[in-house]
Amino acid sequence: MYKYDEIDQQIVDERVTQYRDQVRRYLAGELSEDEFRPLRLQNGLYIQRHAPMLRIAVPYGMLSSKQLRKLGDIAKKYDRGYGHFSTRQNLQLNWPKLEDTPDILAELATVEMHAIQTSGNCIRNITTDQFVGIAPDEVIDPRAIAEIMRQWSTFHPEFALLPRKFKIAVSGTKQDRAIVQAHDIGLEFYRDANDKVAIKVWVGGGLGRTPIMGSVIREHLDWQHALTYCEAIIRVYNLHGRRDNMYKARIKILSKAIGINEFRNQVEAEWTHLKDGANTITEEELARVSKHFEVMPYENLPDQDAGFDAALANNPAFAAWAKRSIHAHRQPGYRAVTLSLKPHGSAPGDITSEQMWAVADLADEYSFGELRSSHEQNLILADVKLSDLFAVWQKAKAHGLATPNIGLLTDIICCPGGDFCSLANAKSIPIAKAIQMQFDDLDYLHDIGDIELNISGCMNACGHHHVGHIGILGVDKDGSEWYQVTIGGKQGNDASIGSVIGPSFSAEEMPGVIQKLIEVYIKERTPEERFIDTVRRLGAVPFKKHVYAKDEVSA
Amino acid sequence: MSNLVKIENGVAAVATDQWTLVQLPATQVEERKQAGKVVLFKLTGESTVTEEQIANTVIPATGKIIVPLSVFVERNNELASRIAQGEVGVWLATHELLEYLIQQQADLNTLPIIAVFVERFADGRIFSLGTLLRTRYGYKNELRAFGDVLRDQLFFLKRSGYSSFAIRKDRSAEEAIASLNDFSQPYQGAVDEPKPVFRRYNRGA
Repeated sequence: MYKYDEIDQQIVDERVTQYRDQVRRYLAGELSEDEFRPLRLQNGLYIQRHAPMLRIAVPYGMLSSKQLRKLGDIAKKYDRGYGHFSTRQNLQLNWPKLEDTPDILAELATVEMHAIQTSGNCIRNITTDQFVGIAPDEVIDPRAIAEIMRQWSTFHPEFALLPRKFKIAVSGTKQDRAIVQAHDIGLEFYRDANDKVAIKVWVGGGLGRTPIMGSVIREHLDWQHALTYCEAIIRVYNLHGRRDNMYKARIKILSKAIGINEFRNQVEAEWTHLKDGANTITEEELARVSKHFEVMPYENLPDQDAGFDAALANNPAFAAWAKRSIHAHRQPGYRAVTLSLKPHGSAPGDITSEQMWAVADLADEYSFGELRSSHEQNLILADVKLSDLFAVWQKAKAHGLATPNIGLLTDIICCPGGDFCSLANAKSIPIAKAIQMQFDDLDYLHDIGDIELNISGCMNACGHHHVGHIGILGVDKDGSEWYQVTIGGKQGNDASIGSVIGPSFSAEEMPGVIQKLIEVYIKERTPEERFIDTVRRLGAVPFKKHVYAKDEVSA
Repeated sequence: MSNLVKIENGVAAVATDQWTLVQLPATQVEERKQAGKVVLFKLTGESTVTEEQIANTVIPATGKIIVPLSVFVERNNELASRIAQGEVGVWLATHELLEYLIQQQADLNTLPIIAVFVERFADGRIFSLGTLLRTRYGYKNELRAFGDVLRDQLFFLKRSGYSSFAIRKDRSAEEAIASLNDFSQPYQGAVDEPKPVFRRYNRGA
């Protein structure tokens, strides 16, 4: 993965100094609450219900074992001994003290980490597929360009204070796993007719209060122009995006208001001035950064291992885990492993310091000292030998990281919700826990099969509920917490936004509602169908009918 | 004491202000200036300043003045001789369009100063306006930020081409100068240093 040189190190070190002084001035009363807000937000610091929350950047989800160990240390020393992986692949600390945050950043800087632009109205952490670099269906590894873009976007002076937050995702696979269509800018890398690396540029997607899938603004962009083209897009947005109403301020509102064609015309006109300028990426720079992402020193192995096969045959618990947690790898004899941060009855994405240290050890022993965080809020060991999988499972299991539910109903994507977040209308974690307990039968879970359930505590949609096969949104009705349910959302190349099934439910009703949705699926599915396929084939009506059946009888 | 920070020959210092800022008189239709109306403004070509305001703007008879963009355009004849003598600068608000200025004044370097008014410090349009003035329209003279100008935005303003900063009156201009140098080697090319770090520094292989 990318290693800092003296330039990168100096920037994070200078950031610590700058931020330390900003906190000092705030505490001394030299900065007002309003003046400090954007400064702390651009350093990932929210003020929440109980304490500040600090969001630490994990660029495109890549972590070293050394970094994860340090995160475990920091959570122990400055927080309550755990952290939370978010849907943007970042790590959040829920209980740090404001006064400690400069010291936390100084410690992060020693392992080449920071919290720069993890919040605020600026270009945020760039995200990608958690299987980047190893997925069999990958055409281009976009990490080098993602790193070049991370550097370009860090303290970009022109885009330091945009109308609203700005999220970029990159992807280089046939099957999109980075939800590029749900981002302000999505860069889809592919090989063009001349076998050159090219980018299809999506713009104006986003979830939140007004969920909209992005539109293609450019079918073909040479990779060299990734920065200047994004500058053209963001300049048009910076000048003309709305700033009077934060709910209408995302780029998607501007591109819808003037239409994608007019928006494209304005961007292309701007780009004629920027194209081939100094921010055009050079072959040398791409080569320099790409060196950090070269393939791992794999052994030449057959794609079969007798010990692994025997363990599968003899140990049903291992087999159940392997079925869900092991993923294809382009290198024969290797697999990627997802470590579940979704044990039943706990907050999705939470991880203790002890677990962080254990995962760091696993990465060192079995996966070249690297790991990834996924937007599904799990951790991935990307390069594990077939012959090591059983040992990895045993150790992961000992640390509570081997719940065999990856991609199943209880692998819930969930924001921190009303327990922590001051934006939330309703709690989300207790809903996730209650659903996990309702479906605590592994055989039943495996029978239900592939399904994505997403929960957001408010319409800011941090839990990406619009693209969940089942989406749950916390809403506020007369000061009490209610939950609106959508079905038919999906991420991927055929992404779609779910539709609301009807009136919202109380927290106590939610496990039963999910149960009823699943019952309809089990009854109606054809042998090959996943939940989402059945919803798409039948539409929402039979699901609605069954869920609301009781009301009809009593009415 | 002056609260103006000026960069001259690469050195930032508190400087005395030689310019008098000419303001538009207040109007009843204040909400039209709301930042969010810009999209509408651009689409409809609607003006955010009334004819009456322009006519009623009091222009001092002598001295160096910075006039509002709308006054500069609409009352240009009145100002012509003073413009020729280098006594007139222009200021615009962040929602105003540079095209409007260029239509009136093709060669911006006739103007000794252009100032951009930022009503709230969080309004980042000021950065794009500075960048465009310097890179698109080749403006070389003094470019000033005024209004809600605070030290934590100075580094970005400088990188976006601004050369002077009227720090908000309740804050220390002396102390603000330090923030101009928050970072020594920025990653990306911008106005003050057009080359990104990978074109100006050998980062090895």
